Amino acid sequence: MNQTPAYTTHHPRWYRTRVSTYWWSRKWAYFRFIVRELTSIAVAYVVVLTLVQIQALRQGADEYAEFQELLRKPLLLSLNMIALFFVLYHAITWFNLAPKAVVAHFRGKRISDTLIKASNYVVWLAISGGVIWLLSGG
Amino acid sequence: MSKKSNEPFLWFLFSAGGVVAALLMPVLLFLHGLAFPLGWLQPSGYETTLALVKNPLARLVLFVLCSLPLFHWAHRFRFTLYDGLQIKHLNEVISFFCYGGAIAGTALAGYLLWNIP
Repeated sequence: MNQTPAYTTHHPRWYRTRVSTYWWSRKWAYFRFIVRELTSIAVAYVVVLTLVQIQALRQGADEYAEFQELLRKPLLLSLNMIALFFVLYHAITWFNLAPKAVVAHFRGKRISDTLIKASNYVVWLAISGGVIWLLSGG
Repeated sequence: MSKKSNEPFLWFLFSAGGVVAALLMPVLLFLHGLAFPLGWLQPSGYETTLALVKNPLARLVLFVLCSLPLFHWAHRFRFTLYDGLQIKHLNEVISFFCYGGAIAGTALAGYLLWNIP
């Protein structure tokens, strides 16, 4: 460490250990991190599904019924079940991280992490209930 | 060339999209993907649904629901490829594909929602 390296005519190469492409499979925490990052694919999928649904709705009653029939196919049911798992995983990890992103104060005191988390979950439940009420029935 | 980084703006879109996706997507996918097709709950009829979607506020919500989460996806997926698979040399191509896709999806959502017959 104390020796000055000898003069070289070429640029010395930095020492870097090679990281395997599958580095995230070695540890449970790393694996959970990658799963969390991959939830974005499910998020994009839901947008695509929503756009297809809006288009079916625009085209008419028959096309919309056809779209609803399509969603009953086992392939789409299983795909949607997997996507739902990922979207839920996104929501839960997102709300749990909220206290780290939001530093809010009230009367000079910092609002506790638990309160921020809890309020996120309350809003989530309220919105979910509202959407179910709005879209079902009839 | 001293250019201001647009990373904070992209991060803001990522964050806003994350909130929208977390709040709305689980319930929407649960309803349309499972509860309605499996008959656990009865969906509203075509006319009711169409009338609902024609409401300006509903259109705005649907537009936001489509647009912001796409930017969330773009940002997160970009870094998944970057860190996870370590495809660093294709950074420009990946960014173009991700954010370009989000912009295209936003434009499509705007078009579809703007003129509903």
